[in-house]
Amino acid sequence: MAVRAFAQTAVGDVVGPRTVPVGRATLVQYAAASGDQNPIHQDESFARSVGLPDVIAHGMWTMGAVGSVVEEWAGDGGRVVEFGTRFTKPVVVPQSGSQVEVTGVVKTLDGGSRRATLELTATSGGDKVLGRCLAVVQLD
Amino acid sequence: MAVNADFVGRTYPPSGPYPVSPQALAAFASAVGSTDPVHTSQEAAREAGYRDVIAPPTFAVTLAQECDRQFIEDPEAGVDFTRVVHGEQRFVHHRPITAGDEVLGTLTVDAVRQAGGHAMVTTRIELATTGGEALCTSTSTIVIRGGE
Repeated sequence: MAVRAFAQTAVGDVVGPRTVPVGRATLVQYAAASGDQNPIHQDESFARSVGLPDVIAHGMWTMGAVGSVVEEWAGDGGRVVEFGTRFTKPVVVPQSGSQVEVTGVVKTLDGGSRRATLELTATSGGDKVLGRCLAVVQLD
Repeated sequence: MAVNADFVGRTYPPSGPYPVSPQALAAFASAVGSTDPVHTSQEAAREAGYRDVIAPPTFAVTLAQECDRQFIEDPEAGVDFTRVVHGEQRFVHHRPITAGDEVLGTLTVDAVRQAGGHAMVTTRIELATTGGEALCTSTSTIVIRGGE
């Protein structure tokens, strides 16, 4: 992949949109890869017993999935130098699966450092699941 | 039980070292749907200028959560883990975490706040190699839900 060039990037450029599917198997895979084995992300009856509507995705899975969209835009995952978010709503994952819609926009560009700040939006079932999600990308 | 505000400013001894394997990076990349070959192909990573395969942008959480245990499982801190929700997460990368790194994490409790019956705790973990090279600053805010 080629790293995105500063000269070819403008404020207002759109990132995505991407539709990311998420199923129970995705969460089992993320739990194993991340070490976060909290049963609310895998066990429907446990999730309901603590007052959740169903199994919910790990917030960090959602953030990670958005990170994958950002690194695809950047052209190299190592160029994502800052990345932060608030977790505003859970991604509910019924047995039939769910999806997350990811889009973003270039908010600011810094000519000195050749860095772009992206604002990302992630929604699932019509709800914004992340808030104030910002990534800084080091461009070429 | 309220979170102990006396913990603000406390820094724990470094935890680790945590070895970073290419298998762990590839498994994490796959789990978050990344297709960037810098996480899976040594050749692609070297072409991009890295020593070996590198971590996806949020992989650092796997190391940070190990360090967080020191605080969350500290009985004196008063955190009821069954009531914890992740509120906010931020990473500042100093250089990409790379396969072969041996990582130490140093945890500092930055803030403890009470609001609306909930407690919010912000912890900061400085990840660095055993050689002292800075890798990532991971800042996390957890919400401990109040009420019964």
